[in-house]
Amino acid sequence: MIHFENMSVTYPDQDHPALDGVELKIGEGELALVIGPTGAGKSTLLRSINGLVPHFSGGRLTGRVLVEGRSTADHRPRDLADVVGFVGQDPDATFVADIVEDELAYSMENLGLSAPTMRRRVEDILDILNLHPLRQRAIMSLSGGQRQRVAIGAVLTAAPRLLVLDEPTSSLDPISAEEVLAALSRLVHDQGVTIVVAEHRLERIVHAADTIVQVAGAGGGVRAGPPADMLATSPVAPPIVRLAQVAGWDPIPLSVRDARRLAAGLRTTLAAPPDEAPVERGAPGPAVATVRRLSARFGRLLALDGVSLELAAGEVTAVMGRNGAGKTTLLRHLVGLRSPEQGTVTVAGHKPSALRPVEAARLVGLVPQDPASMLSADTVGDECAEADHDASLARGTTRSTLERLMPGLNDEMHPRDLSEGQRLALALAIVLAPAPPLVLLDEPTRGLDYIAKARLTALLRGLAGDGHSVVLATHDVELVADTADRVVVLADGEIITDGPTREVMCHTPGLAPQVARILAPAEWLTVTEVASRLVESGSMS
Amino acid sequence: MTDVVARRLTGVRVAPLHPVAWWTWAILLAAAAARITNPLCLGLILVVAGWVAVSRRPQSTWARSYGTLLRLGALVVVIRVVVQVLFGQRLPGHTLFTIPSLALPSWMAGVTVGGPVTADAIVGAACQGLRLAAILACVGAANALVSPFRLLRCVPAGLYEIAVAVTVAVSFTPQVITSIGQVRDARRLRGRAVSGPAGVRGIAVPVLESALERSLALAASMDSRGFGRRAVSASRQRLASAATLAGLLGLAVGVYGVLDAGAPSELGLPVVGVGALLVITGLVATSVGGRTRYRPDRWSGREWVTVFVSAAALAAIVVVGRHDAASLTMPVYPLSLPAAPPLALVGLLLAALPSVVAPPPIDTAVR
Repeated sequence: MIHFENMSVTYPDQDHPALDGVELKIGEGELALVIGPTGAGKSTLLRSINGLVPHFSGGRLTGRVLVEGRSTADHRPRDLADVVGFVGQDPDATFVADIVEDELAYSMENLGLSAPTMRRRVEDILDILNLHPLRQRAIMSLSGGQRQRVAIGAVLTAAPRLLVLDEPTSSLDPISAEEVLAALSRLVHDQGVTIVVAEHRLERIVHAADTIVQVAGAGGGVRAGPPADMLATSPVAPPIVRLAQVAGWDPIPLSVRDARRLAAGLRTTLAAPPDEAPVERGAPGPAVATVRRLSARFGRLLALDGVSLELAAGEVTAVMGRNGAGKTTLLRHLVGLRSPEQGTVTVAGHKPSALRPVEAARLVGLVPQDPASMLSADTVGDECAEADHDASLARGTTRSTLERLMPGLNDEMHPRDLSEGQRLALALAIVLAPAPPLVLLDEPTRGLDYIAKARLTALLRGLAGDGHSVVLATHDVELVADTADRVVVLADGEIITDGPTREVMCHTPGLAPQVARILAPAEWLTVTEVASRLVESGSMS
Repeated sequence: MTDVVARRLTGVRVAPLHPVAWWTWAILLAAAAARITNPLCLGLILVVAGWVAVSRRPQSTWARSYGTLLRLGALVVVIRVVVQVLFGQRLPGHTLFTIPSLALPSWMAGVTVGGPVTADAIVGAACQGLRLAAILACVGAANALVSPFRLLRCVPAGLYEIAVAVTVAVSFTPQVITSIGQVRDARRLRGRAVSGPAGVRGIAVPVLESALERSLALAASMDSRGFGRRAVSASRQRLASAATLAGLLGLAVGVYGVLDAGAPSELGLPVVGVGALLVITGLVATSVGGRTRYRPDRWSGREWVTVFVSAAALAAIVVVGRHDAASLTMPVYPLSLPAAPPLALVGLLLAALPSVVAPPPIDTAVR
């Protein structure tokens, strides 16, 4: 189906190849999962399958990439449209039409298919992806998961034998992600489509994969093999694999179901779940921020409905809930970007929306969903200097904060060239430099690999240890299990649960991390705490 | 009519009215409004356009812009009256009040500022404002009834690439607005000023960068989905596009020459002819490209009825204008009640027929 023959890619103005000497075969009907650290070249690999690299990106490609016998060297992406369907990271940036049905038909119109064929395929795809009730809807009125399914449908109507997806679930809540992954697995099983997909949150998809393609990064090569073998040695691995390694299971299970069958012994060895919190912490300090009966609306839509909340110093609070449940709106009130219509928000005794920007920045900081929107300078060094100037801080404050968060970042780099993790660290440094007692992060793990997430966890725990109150709005249950002391769940603008992380996560099936699902009913959350118990009890050295 | 009911009961989609039919209807109605200052007739046009728009517009963002255009119309009336009160020509009439007048230097002889304000002048100005408001209401109704995306789907193959560019621009505007909002927020988060020259640079750079990234993503997506795959050769396409555009320009100039009595006569018909020829050549040259169209809008009886009734309304106004021009204007100096020309009123009322003839809208936004 796909054959890479000694392929290397070097982008313009780069000394080192992004990918070097790739030898890879992906067979008919497989679901191949591409893994690797951030910036390793996963996107380059995916984009070279339909010729976007090098035809669209520029750069030099040596070796050959054959897709169904066609070489990408002399076939442009548009000439491969009937063989390869490509779905990029951000579906919103790829829509051409405003109505679902028209979007689905777009690629067929380009291919010049006859009217009856187009009609038949659109109906087919509407059924396969369960989009039928949405066919006449405006795309912008759909939820994230629905939009992603439309983006997939829009390439499938050209009847490609091969579907390539670059992080299709990175911005989706767990339920919407499930929706998309279910659609993909239907395509593999019922339609025989070959799928190549890159994904950071392996726990969501690894059980469905037939092959794992590991991109080593730093111009290194690419290895492929059966999932269990590949993950056993991979630096990035989902919690289930790390638990298997800790418990010494062989072969490594990939689904929660398989793991539970192996876990009976482990549950007995572990005995009672830990009484203490998953991570060490002091008692929560005094309240830093108070929200009382806060309501907010967008037109007729009630975004927040009588929310009351206290945020204590030294505590990491996770705010969870579906896309559109009101998480971002709550954060925007806390940081003063919206002033409350009903109810009150106070941070350290002040109303944040009434303060001047400089004063507000000293009390509360927010890292927005897209950290890049905060950055406007040409180099990292300038960015830090401007941040010192804006907040009237001593020169070098932001730079030294950044050094603490992410040591060794080059001052001369352009912020747009940083990896997602580095960009997040830079935005966080700017927010943290004035040392605000309340720090908010909106969806911080988008595009972060496990290594970057582990670093983020350590960093946020460190902030809480220093007496900051940290609030995370996120879908990432594994990050919350590792990081948060307390979980607040929003649904339709109301707080429906508010309690200690262990209690909330172990009793809400939709929010349970992999370890909790494997070891239930015992209330374990993370691999780390399981490992340390095993060491204590002497079952592991 | 019965098939509309039957299809609704069985749940089969009834194709919405052809976008070109809606725009023709609105433009003919607006052309009728342009010939009137009689508030009775203008009021009827507002009611007709409003009624049709409200009963047949789909639930979409574009439909919501209707209210904005109506408010703009009201603003036009107000501005027209204010301008009349401050700078209007002073003709005799029923004086309501007098505002202090300003002595202007002799070289500004034609302009008056202040002086006695008459009821005649205000009513006359309000009716002229109302005419503009009615035209705006007609355009607004068409805009509410048809999304620009649907209209662009009707563009002939020769202009396809231009239509794509316009479509992309139309869908980018809201995204750029969102992006500006995000960057402004982010600046506030950094404790920065949001206004001033530094503010503009700090907002423009990230907004442009993200717009550029988005357009690259869109271009990659379009390329991956076969855009431009079976197009005619680039040079031929360019030639044809140039011919089409030049032809359209010729048509516009020619029509102006034909309609405007002051323009030189040789500018008229020949230019129209050449323009039309160029347009047709351009369109034919590119129509052999390999693109096909999914479920194109169909032109059927409903579309004919819609165009016919609006043409009838315009015809009625033109006929009344020929025979009894005074009945279509608001009588001022001296002020009296407007006439109620029966033929004009019946004609305009006919233009409300699409509210029954056109199929009801399909919900595109409600979850």
